[in-house]
This record gives sequence, C-alpha cells and structure tokens, in this order.
Amino acid sequence: MKVEQISIFLENRPGGLEQVTGILKDAGINIRTLTLADTSDFGILRMIVNDVETTSRVLKENGYRFSRTNVVAVEVPDCPGGLHGILAILAGSGVNVEYLYAFVERSGENAVMIFRFDAPDKAIEVLRQNGLTVLPGSKLYGL
Amino acid sequence: MIYNEEFETLPREVLEALQLKRLKQVVQRVYHTVGFYGKAFDQAGVTPDDIKTLDDLKRFPFTTKQDLRDNYPFGMFAVPMSSVVRLHASSGTTGRSTVVGYTKRDIDTWSELMARCFVAAGLTKNDILHNAYGYGLFTGGLGAHYGAEKLGASVIPMSGGNTKRQIMILQDFGPTAICCTPSYALNLAEQGKAMGVDMRSLKLRVGIFGAEPWSEKMREEIENALGITALNIFGLSEIMGPGVSMECLEGRHGMHIFEDHFLVETINPETGEVLPPGEEGELVFTTITKEAFPLIRYRTRDISRLFTEPCRCGRTLHRMDRVMGRSDDMLIIRGVNVFPSQIEAILLAIDGVEPHYRLIVDRAGNLDTIEIQVEVGEQIFANADEVKVLQNMERRIVKDIKDYLGVSAKVKLVEPKTLQRFEGKASRVLDKRRI
Repeated sequence: MKVEQISIFLENRPGGLEQVTGILKDAGINIRTLTLADTSDFGILRMIVNDVETTSRVLKENGYRFSRTNVVAVEVPDCPGGLHGILAILAGSGVNVEYLYAFVERSGENAVMIFRFDAPDKAIEVLRQNGLTVLPGSKLYGL
Repeated sequence: MIYNEEFETLPREVLEALQLKRLKQVVQRVYHTVGFYGKAFDQAGVTPDDIKTLDDLKRFPFTTKQDLRDNYPFGMFAVPMSSVVRLHASSGTTGRSTVVGYTKRDIDTWSELMARCFVAAGLTKNDILHNAYGYGLFTGGLGAHYGAEKLGASVIPMSGGNTKRQIMILQDFGPTAICCTPSYALNLAEQGKAMGVDMRSLKLRVGIFGAEPWSEKMREEIENALGITALNIFGLSEIMGPGVSMECLEGRHGMHIFEDHFLVETINPETGEVLPPGEEGELVFTTITKEAFPLIRYRTRDISRLFTEPCRCGRTLHRMDRVMGRSDDMLIIRGVNVFPSQIEAILLAIDGVEPHYRLIVDRAGNLDTIEIQVEVGEQIFANADEVKVLQNMERRIVKDIKDYLGVSAKVKLVEPKTLQRFEGKASRVLDKRRI
C-alpha cells in the first residue's frame, strides 16, 4: 500500500539541481512529481519516479546520498475542504504528518496528495476506515 | 622597568650556574618521584648524575604531549594531591586534555613571573587592568589575574565574551591596560567603533596579547585601532601558563624568557638535534623550579628561534622570536587549542555520524571561524529523510564541539562527493587565515 519516494540530499549551491536532473534525464527517468525542502545550507529533493530501481542505481553510481522513503498516496476530493477533511480524520487519530505535497496527475475526478506519516500503517488503516482511497505505488507510477 | 632587578639582569655566568644547580635538583627529583621519568631515563641509559654541565641536558629524552595524555590525569605529578592547590587543563574530551597542577609555591612563582610580564609592559600598581583572557580551566585568565594582583594593579576579571558589556566597562572603569588574545582586541575595537565609541580616546595605554600567533601587521592594526602599545606574551600550561616569556617595552623585539625558571632549547623537529641560537626550530622547555608538575625537555611543537644579543632594556635573559608556526597539526581557534583528531573523536561518538569531515578555518573580520563540513552518512539519511533529523544532527555536533572543546563551530552537512577528494590526513584542514 505504500509508495517509494526517492529523497536526495543536495547541498544548497548553484548547479546542484541541474546536475542531478541531468543524470536522471540521461538514465531515461521520468519524474512524476517532486518537491524541494530547503534550509540555508542544504535541501532535500523528494520525487516520485517511474522507475525506482534504475533511479537508485544511477544515483548511487554518481555518489549521491539518497534514500527510498515510504510515503502514502491518498485520493483527495478536488473541492474546497477536500484536504481539510482528510487532515481532520488524521488529527483525530493522533497520526502526525511530517510533510506532504501534491501529485501532478489526477486519479479520475480526484486530486492525489503524497503524505509522509510518522505512523504510516496506522494512517492507512484510519484513512480506509473512513472511506478514503489509498493508492499503491504500482497504480501511482502509471497515472 | 624591571620587576625583579636581581634575577632579570643576572650576568650570564651567574644565571647559568643557577640554572645548572636547579637542573640537577629537578632531574634528581623527577627520577625518584615521577614513574614516567624513572622509566624514561632508564630506557635512555641516563641517570641524574649525568648532568655535569648544562650541555648534558641534550642527553636526556624528550617529553611529548602524548606522554602527558598517556598519564592522564595526574600520572606525571611529582607531589601528592594534598600539596596541589590548583588544577588547570587544556580543552578536550576525556583522555585527550592535558592536566597540570600547582603547589602553593608554584602559584607564587607563576604570579611573580606574570608580575614581571606586566612590569615589562610598563605597568605599576597604579594601573587598572582589563583582563579578558578566559577564566576557568584555561591558564590565561587566572594566570594574568594573580600576576596583576601580585603587582598591586587593580584587576577587572572580565574573562571572555559579552563584548558589548566589555566596551561599557572600558569606558566606565577606564582601565589603563588590557590583556586578551590579539584577535579579540581587534574584535573589541571593531565592535566599539560600531557602537559609536572612539576607542582611541579610552584610557588604555598598553596591551599584553598572546595565546595565539599574531604578526607585526596585526600589532600595527591593534596599536592604531586602540591607540596603545601592543606587546607579545608567550606561555603554555604545560610549562606554567602565560608568563614563560614576555616582550619588553623598550625593545619590542622578541620575548625575554624567564631563564631562571625555564631552560630553553630549539631543536630540529625531525631529528631532535639541538640547534644553535638564531636558527629556527621547535621550542623545548625544561622547568627548573616547578614543584607539582616539572617537565624535562618538553616539546612544545611551537616553531621559533632564540636571540642572544643584549637588549636595550638591560635584561640579560635571552629572547625568543614570535611563534608563527607549529610542527604538528594543532590549530588555535580564538586562543583555544584544537586538534583535528579531537573533532574526529567527537564526531565518531555521535550516533549516525561518520567521521568523514573537513575543517575550514578562516577569519571573518577579526574573529577566527571554524566550519566543520560533515558528510551526510548513509545510516542517518536512510532512517528518516526529514529536514529536522539532519538539523538535529547539525545542532548536536555544534553542541558537543562547544561542550568538549569550548569552540563555537559552524557545521555544514555536505554530499559525499564534496569530501571525496579529501582523503588522507594532510588535507583534512583548510586554514584560510592570513595573519
């Protein structure tokens, strides 16, 4: 039920992003969605790619520090209150959101959000109990 | 002006006879009371009776910082702890700092030596001294303090830090003399200027600066910025603290070594061969009057050279040049001694941090800065990719470095590639300072 996100540690310097995206391009990787968390000295580039294994291999070969992080993709009603509804359910259960970002593609009529939870299994259970759709990686990469 | 006319102007033959007498006594004493020296002398095949002339000193083995570390904390003390009235230590983690001890008489000797230093700088009991050397385990603060008190000057025990307050005190209390590290002096000048204070109009007349290397160029800068005469003082806690040697006002060229208390040699750091005066080499000191912690032929790793020409001040004590280099990898950051290996040990002790690092030492304005570039380890990043995890790690490193070494470092996490080129010890440190 979980999705593997690639998180890459990048120093905050000119050319950093250009270099890593260049490497992914050369390996034929298609980035499906991404977000960049920044501090003054470094950033963490998080992305959902179409081929996690190849991405891991080329990043490793090129000396990057990265991880494969388990995140949860959830269908969100594309209307005012859509996201709030989900967060209210999660808050009630005590699950904490570490970070979140939107997925570029839609799933039918719904928007898709990527969540990193401190307790992913509990989060998935709570979301399903409340009738929400959690998308597995296999379905997500192909959207 | 000379504090101890008699001993600071002894004719050389009289001084040397005194040195020989004292040397025989200390060598005899350490052989029998300090296990380390008993063994070391036996291994070198020498006995105290082998000292017949001062020249025989070179037959005796050296003492190194590692020997002190191996005997941490009190293994090289020559007296029981009940006779020790003071302990000081250099910064460092357990087993890595150097601990020194003093008997009551040692403190009196040290105070006298510091009084000699202040008088060489022209101070009298009518002076008010602003003491901004750090108080605590570091020998600078208390060393200067006791010396100035012995002289009878009025001491302001400022210690380090709190610069705005220090500038207020400089204005309100009107000290006539100041002692601190030379880079701190420049920092005070700069901050004072920024606060709108005319630093040259303060009552300061003279400054006694040391604990880190500084150049003639820096001397000029300090003298201009503060409107004072800036003099150089030298020392190290293993030998005494500050007060091993001091520049005189009249000469302003080289620091007079208090040879009635310390024998000095300069050696070739590679071969250990004793060099003639005038040649640059590593300073080696033998303490001939200290009771609690006497050292024979202690290798300081400081590079200097000796002048034997008479000085216009009238002192017959030989002088040493300003120390501008070391024969090891020790760094001096804002007056604090730091070994790269200490930083490595601290990094190793933190869970998840791999000791792949680089040190960048620089001087921003007038204060030394140290940046520790640490490679983000696989383990730490694999477990959680959140920013807060990495930031917590950065903060932990900064805190541990501060707690153990007393140095405020900046920590920067870097990609593995950034450090790949810097394998091997020689390139771990990039010192960009140009003093």
